[in-house]
Amino acid sequence: MFGPLISKPGTSRDNKTGSWRVEARPKFLHKNCIACRLCLLVCPEGCITGGEKNTYDCDLAYCKGCGDCAAICPKKDIEMVKEEGKE
Amino acid sequence: MKEFIEGSRAVAEVVKLCKPGVISAYPITPQTHIVEELAQMVANGELKSEFINVESEHSAASAVLGASAAGVRAYTATSSQGLLLMAEVVFNIAGMRLPLVMTCANRAISAPINIWNDQQDSVSLRDTGWIQLFAEDVQEAADLHLIAYKIAEDKSMMVPVMVCMDGFILTHGIENVDIPTQEQADKFLPAYKPLYKLDVANPITMGPLAGPDYYTEARYALHKTLEDAIHLIPKVTADFAKVFGRTYNGLVEGYHIKDAERVIVAMGSVCGTIKDVIDELRAKGKKIGLLKITSYRPFPAQAIYDALKDVPKIAVIDRALSLGSYAPLASEIKAVFFGKKKKPDVISSFIVGLGGRDITKDSIKEVVRLLTAKEVTGEFIDLKPELLKENYS
Amino acid sequence: MNSIFNSGHTACAGCGQSLAARLVLEAAGPSTIIVNNTGCLEVFSTAYPQTAWGVSFVHSLFENCAAVASGVEGALKYLGTKDKINVIAQGGDGGTADIGLQALSGMLERGHDILYVCYDNEAYMNTGVQRSGLTPFETNTTTSPIGSCSIGNLRPKKPMPEIAMAHGIPYVATASAGFVQDLQRKVKKALAIKGPKYIQVHVPCPLGWRHESNKTIDVGKLAVETGLYPLIEYENGQLTGHKTITPKPVEEYLKVQGRFKHLMNNPEAIKAIQAVADNNIKKYGLKVEAQSAA
Repeated sequence: MFGPLISKPGTSRDNKTGSWRVEARPKFLHKNCIACRLCLLVCPEGCITGGEKNTYDCDLAYCKGCGDCAAICPKKDIEMVKEEGKE
Repeated sequence: MKEFIEGSRAVAEVVKLCKPGVISAYPITPQTHIVEELAQMVANGELKSEFINVESEHSAASAVLGASAAGVRAYTATSSQGLLLMAEVVFNIAGMRLPLVMTCANRAISAPINIWNDQQDSVSLRDTGWIQLFAEDVQEAADLHLIAYKIAEDKSMMVPVMVCMDGFILTHGIENVDIPTQEQADKFLPAYKPLYKLDVANPITMGPLAGPDYYTEARYALHKTLEDAIHLIPKVTADFAKVFGRTYNGLVEGYHIKDAERVIVAMGSVCGTIKDVIDELRAKGKKIGLLKITSYRPFPAQAIYDALKDVPKIAVIDRALSLGSYAPLASEIKAVFFGKKKKPDVISSFIVGLGGRDITKDSIKEVVRLLTAKEVTGEFIDLKPELLKENYS
Repeated sequence: MNSIFNSGHTACAGCGQSLAARLVLEAAGPSTIIVNNTGCLEVFSTAYPQTAWGVSFVHSLFENCAAVASGVEGALKYLGTKDKINVIAQGGDGGTADIGLQALSGMLERGHDILYVCYDNEAYMNTGVQRSGLTPFETNTTTSPIGSCSIGNLRPKKPMPEIAMAHGIPYVATASAGFVQDLQRKVKKALAIKGPKYIQVHVPCPLGWRHESNKTIDVGKLAVETGLYPLIEYENGQLTGHKTITPKPVEEYLKVQGRFKHLMNNPEAIKAIQAVADNNIKKYGLKVEAQSAA
């Protein structure tokens, strides 16, 4: 029986929203990071991972380039750089 | 066990036997006695159920939707304005394929406001995807609730069922009713095992957004399932007969159809009155019969065709209007025969008993009298033309 | 890799609501059932066949999440599993304060063990930035647009936290996507309390408020720091928590958002909004005292 539409967990990960970026992407400099975790907390996509100092990175497959991580980093250790390979 | 009890109480007793885990309803005449009885049963510890006194019918339907989505058998009841207020939730429940059962105590729809019986409420919601079963008497109304859960929760169905019983006539009428035992009920209706439910162990998303690429198939599937229900319903009623000893067809029932020259088609408690008239007229040698429609949705077109194809004259009684067009049941009955080689010569359409206007044996006899070679469309029985004078100056 | 609220949802870049929803769910944990109204969050997270939700999630209609959640909670109580499972009902500002107010009020009045989270982006964003009951004074929206005879929405925000509190529930709080740890703390605190809880989260909307996508946190912070969006906590009717601020002038908040651009050359209009902020500051005692009271 084909019944109601029901979706299973994890399926949104098939949608690579990283393709949305046109202008900029975050670059994690890994120089002055103090592992405050604010970048990880404020990412609306939840695509930043990290543990110890200077281990934070975002998953570019999903990053939409909003820049909230760069804006919040207290050590300015995240820079928004020009998105490569796009018109 | 036979008891001489009010219809609402009979329904409540049978709903209790079905053991719903969540009951949520909002009061509206003439449904109130059903939910009051259930509340008392919960209060007395006779029924273990979460009884949620919601603040509107929209929330009543929403609450039982949530309960069913969480994998628990749930129940609600309403009438008229309440059914209309919860209309979007009613569509939602069918689309989400949740096996709810609701009692609709049929009542006229405002305006003008009227608390008495006709079938406009449930007939107005015939497009929602719910199975709609109409009861002729209190015994059937009660029994249909057990049958309803069995159909709804069938793994090939997962479709909600509306049991329609004429307000006041059946809800407040007192009849001799055989209330089954819990053992019989458990034998017929096992505990609900959901096909899908909100769960921590196996999370799912229910009620997603479906764009043009996905919506059609979901609706097609529901439509096909309702067509399949036509085959399932008689199987369930046959199982019912084995356990409880009472026989229902579940789709249609013929009364003196075999050699009838004229047959009346109707739904609900009016069928009882029609049967009395048929007995009277048959005794005088008139070949009259009744085709009672139990399942309005899914519409049992084949069963209707088989029953009536050789009958020369049909009178369809509607207790609801499709304002501005043909009467609802009559238009569907006519559609059964369109383009067929075998069909009645005359299918006349009558509107009877709106807003609780009593349908007497004389009313039925008037229908029989008007069922002639001349087809009539949307003929109002017992209309009072003297009331049609304007008085706004 | 993430599992409780997954990437790949189609929220706008910098969406405050997607941020807040993820933070709420992470604070709640996997033993949670989400009941969501129609709105941005539901639409961008559950477009079939994809879902961002790693917990069980149900969406029914626009205005009934509180009623559906009541039924879910009833079912879990019947099954004896309610104590182990969080039930969180979620709606936007329109779905909560306007069309959903009845269902919410019923849920609060009946005392269900449910956390209700209102994501307040101050307009009907999903349908195109129309005015809601929580749209602030003098805001430009598509149904309270500015024009030669209009300065925008003329009504104050409906006091939803007070309305929730008036139902006598054990916990009411406001939070902000600009203060992420405070939000998670409040969610955890609420979920540890039995009974109905209401948290209203201010969520900046880059599209509807017309600010840069990287200003989400800044704008959220400014709303709080001007006194326009007080962060408060009520427990059992008593004001037990409030974030103290050194108040910034409201103009700092208004000037970074396109929805308030029309006010920039209108000192009278800005004064009117400053009065709203000043009133909040006074009412909740938000101002940091000059001498520390440690």
